[in-house]
Amino acid sequence: MTTPAPSSPASPLEQARPNGVVRALTDGWVVAKRNLIKIKRVPEVLVFVLISPIMFVLLFAFVFGGAIDPGGEVAYREFLIAGIFAQTVVFGATFTGAGLAEDMQKGIIDRFRSLPMSPAAVLVGRTTSDVVYNVLSLIIMALTGLAVGWRIREGVVDAILGFGLLLLFAYAVSWVMAWVGLMVPSVEVINNASFIVIMPLTFVSNAFVPLESFSGFLRTLVEWNPVSALTQASRELFGNIDPSIPAPDAWPQQNAEIYTLIWVAIILLVFVPLSVRQYRLSAGKA
Amino acid sequence: MTDMIRATGLVKRYKDVEALAGLDLDVPEGKVLALLGPNGAGKTTAVRVLTTLLKPDAGSAVVAGVDVLADPDGVRSRIGLSGQYAAVDEHLTGFENLEMVGRLYGMSRTAARARARELLERFDLAEAGDRPSKTYSGGMRRRLDLAGALVAAPPVLVLDEPTTGLDPRSRVGMWDVIRELVASGATLLLTTQYLEEADRLADDILVIDHGRAIARGTADQLKAQTGGERVEVVLAHPADRDRVRRLMAEVATGEIGVAENGRELTAAVDGGVGSLRRLLEGLERERVEVLDVGLRRPTLDDVFLTLTGHASEDAAADATTDPTAEVTR
Repeated sequence: MTTPAPSSPASPLEQARPNGVVRALTDGWVVAKRNLIKIKRVPEVLVFVLISPIMFVLLFAFVFGGAIDPGGEVAYREFLIAGIFAQTVVFGATFTGAGLAEDMQKGIIDRFRSLPMSPAAVLVGRTTSDVVYNVLSLIIMALTGLAVGWRIREGVVDAILGFGLLLLFAYAVSWVMAWVGLMVPSVEVINNASFIVIMPLTFVSNAFVPLESFSGFLRTLVEWNPVSALTQASRELFGNIDPSIPAPDAWPQQNAEIYTLIWVAIILLVFVPLSVRQYRLSAGKA
Repeated sequence: MTDMIRATGLVKRYKDVEALAGLDLDVPEGKVLALLGPNGAGKTTAVRVLTTLLKPDAGSAVVAGVDVLADPDGVRSRIGLSGQYAAVDEHLTGFENLEMVGRLYGMSRTAARARARELLERFDLAEAGDRPSKTYSGGMRRRLDLAGALVAAPPVLVLDEPTTGLDPRSRVGMWDVIRELVASGATLLLTTQYLEEADRLADDILVIDHGRAIARGTADQLKAQTGGERVEVVLAHPADRDRVRRLMAEVATGEIGVAENGRELTAAVDGGVGSLRRLLEGLERERVEVLDVGLRRPTLDDVFLTLTGHASEDAAADATTDPTAEVTR
């Protein structure tokens, strides 16, 4: 070991460190890899993450399948799957919050904080590795969907765009839950906290029932709910909407893709800085 | 000699507790300073401030020439911290843990991997290096954590209770490792509740209590402060306590200390063997049954008692239940 004079830079290896965004991304990737190794070592966690989407697809398809008629030529099961996609990836964000809340209680976070790494790295790493969970759950859901009668009726490119949009929106929401995860005192709280936010968000939407079945104030809420736009956009991109039925007469529904992207941008602009700030704050607490 | 760590007037308050109440400390380059104090004395708070994990409410600190408040990132790249609870990811292998830390210090993948292997070798973890650290023993985890603090070969090392919770054997092993680090020239700040540990590892000991330094010196200097020899009696029956206390008062020069378990009494004496003989005669006369009677040089436990007026919480337990005492004395 070397002992340089106090004023000299400590280790030559850290002198040329890039700053800001580049460092947040490179350090974030190192943390993401750490999270992914955990999936490999504790695959049991995956089982539950992947079983619940299957359960949702089957439950809704067979329980509500006959009771709800989305209208037109398209069967409910086909109408439903995009809604389940949207609901599941939004719910998946809870995982981000829980993962972070857990991290914050572990000794490893002291190691991270005492390192000259980007303060955003732990958050970038967590949200990035959770994309993998969402990719896996989308694959599982798509396969289950195909088995119960869901079809991709537009082109492959549109379908890929559809999955991309779902992942992007999920990524944004996971930053919201990251922020929540940093503020709650324990992992148990996060599950309940996210439930009260995400349940209404996904149920007061067109994910499970057609928008036409809502009326009055509730209908306006549903029309402007970003989850409705995400669902509408996915249905359009997968071709799960009867082309003879026009999109509902509301701007977010007419321009579902753009409206979803606007929400993604807003959420990221607000919650990335907010979460990083919260991470720094909790660093000064305990 | 320049100070590698210098803190002035550190204050940190939590709701109703003052964890640090104006702590000053300095560690010259290449030296080892032990912060010694009971649980809740403010040791860990001091460490967290000096390692940028916590902002003080008042005071300033400079570590390796860098101001802790002005340039925390600068400090982070010049220190290695090994905490009270091993900061390792249990799902990662020892190698993966160290590689990750290296990468986060900004090392290239090749450099981080080479350094990881080197440190695993050095800390006797080479064989276990590719097992998840979950499978490690407590001592192995601590060694891995310490290795993590050394990845970037920082000039300043901060070890927060490095042996708390370790079994005696691992503790002695840890001491050897720390001594080696010091021999290679690192500046070290170490916190401990084990008075013996401070005695063995540190050049200088800073005794802290209630967030404030109450004494500083080498182990010998601190021992000198309490002066004289002591007689120690271990009672067979706690009920005899008051009788023995009275007998001891006849030979004691100061107060008589009673350990928390109520069975051990100590008192400073100035008559050496003569005092011991008088006490033994008294015990014989009153037919008090004792397990042990002895005359000994003052230990740091006595220093703490003298300085603070209360025993360090672990001191009482240490003397009787800590098997390290047997291993290393």
